[in-house]
Amino acid sequence: MSEDDIPDDREARLAAGMAAAQQGDADAYRFVLHQCVSIIAATARARGVDAGRIDDVVQETLITIHRARATYDPARPFLPWLRAIASRRAIDSLRGQERHGRREVHDAFAYDTHADPAPGVVHELERRDDLRHLSAVVETLPESQRQAVRHLALEERSLGETAALTGRSKIALKVNLHRGIRALRAKLAGTYDDHG
Amino acid sequence: MAEWSEEQLIDRLAADLKPVRKSPSASLMAGLWLAVVVAISLFLALVSDVGSMLHRLTAAPDMWLAVLGSSLTTILAAIAAFQTSIPGRNPYWGLLPLPALAIWIGFSGLGCLRDLILPDSEPATIRLSMDCVFFILGLSVPLSALMIIMLRRTFPLRPNLTALLGGIAAAAAAATLLNFFHPFNVTASDLLLHALAIGLIVGCNRLLAKSAYAPGSGR
Repeated sequence: MSEDDIPDDREARLAAGMAAAQQGDADAYRFVLHQCVSIIAATARARGVDAGRIDDVVQETLITIHRARATYDPARPFLPWLRAIASRRAIDSLRGQERHGRREVHDAFAYDTHADPAPGVVHELERRDDLRHLSAVVETLPESQRQAVRHLALEERSLGETAALTGRSKIALKVNLHRGIRALRAKLAGTYDDHG
Repeated sequence: MAEWSEEQLIDRLAADLKPVRKSPSASLMAGLWLAVVVAISLFLALVSDVGSMLHRLTAAPDMWLAVLGSSLTTILAAIAAFQTSIPGRNPYWGLLPLPALAIWIGFSGLGCLRDLILPDSEPATIRLSMDCVFFILGLSVPLSALMIIMLRRTFPLRPNLTALLGGIAAAAAAATLLNFFHPFNVTASDLLLHALAIGLIVGCNRLLAKSAYAPGSGR
């Protein structure tokens, strides 16, 4: 049977096919289900189901037809019975879509600004910039403070190692480190104020 | 969904096909259920004082109109419940019991406002009202269970509506049959307890019936 059959004829064939299916005629049943597909899809479209979900509605409806086949009365028209089931499953799909939409929000800004758990390339470049800037500022310190800051703070050497390297006493190194850090803080604050 | 193509699904469904016994018609099922209600009422008529009941009901118009309303609600809600359980039937069947429901609720409420004490009756006390509640619950539960069992032969596409109508039918039947054993005047608290019992039955029907109906009928 083709899609071009006149509706009355189609109705009669489907009703007869479904009545045969109720008796266990698998071929008649296969014919009826095949014919139902286009009618279900049209019903779902008319109900406003998205094109991407039409197939789901068709399959849900076919399964429902299978479960509800005993409720079809061959003395009555088949198409209203079919359309009632298809409409219901289309509405179920629309409700499911609506529930899904309520649960999941689209927030492009949050997605774009979400922090990457691992340090990225940008983070590494910023860190190198900061280090370069700090080294430049350290270079402006007096020699004694510069040595203390570089060896003790930046290179994380011990007081003993630094004293051996520079020939200065540990007390002098501590004083120079303290002064150097205070000077650096003042210079960097000025730098950021200028930038800011 | 869409695990298979339509072709595969149709093949699977056709392979799973077994002959089925056509569901009885909605009218036949409603008739059978109502026949059970009539059988119960005949039994209750045998063990109660029917003359006294008729004397009481005809003493005030609101009494017999309320009983008429609950009786009609039983019949129409049962018909509507079975009709809405068959795919393709007009969902407006669900509105069928509304006029009778309005008569029942309206005239039951009017009874509370009436000053006249009916013959062979006394105002209901809380203890008597609780007896009424147990009667309504005791009769509604088997009637609801029977309806749910019968509705399993159908496939309600709107299970909540069908369950609501089934609950109304069972509760209205129980409230109607209560008149055999209600030799006291309705008070507001009595009516409120009746309404609570009926509401409980309707609510339980809605909660239970959805899962009790044929698999996949409700979503």
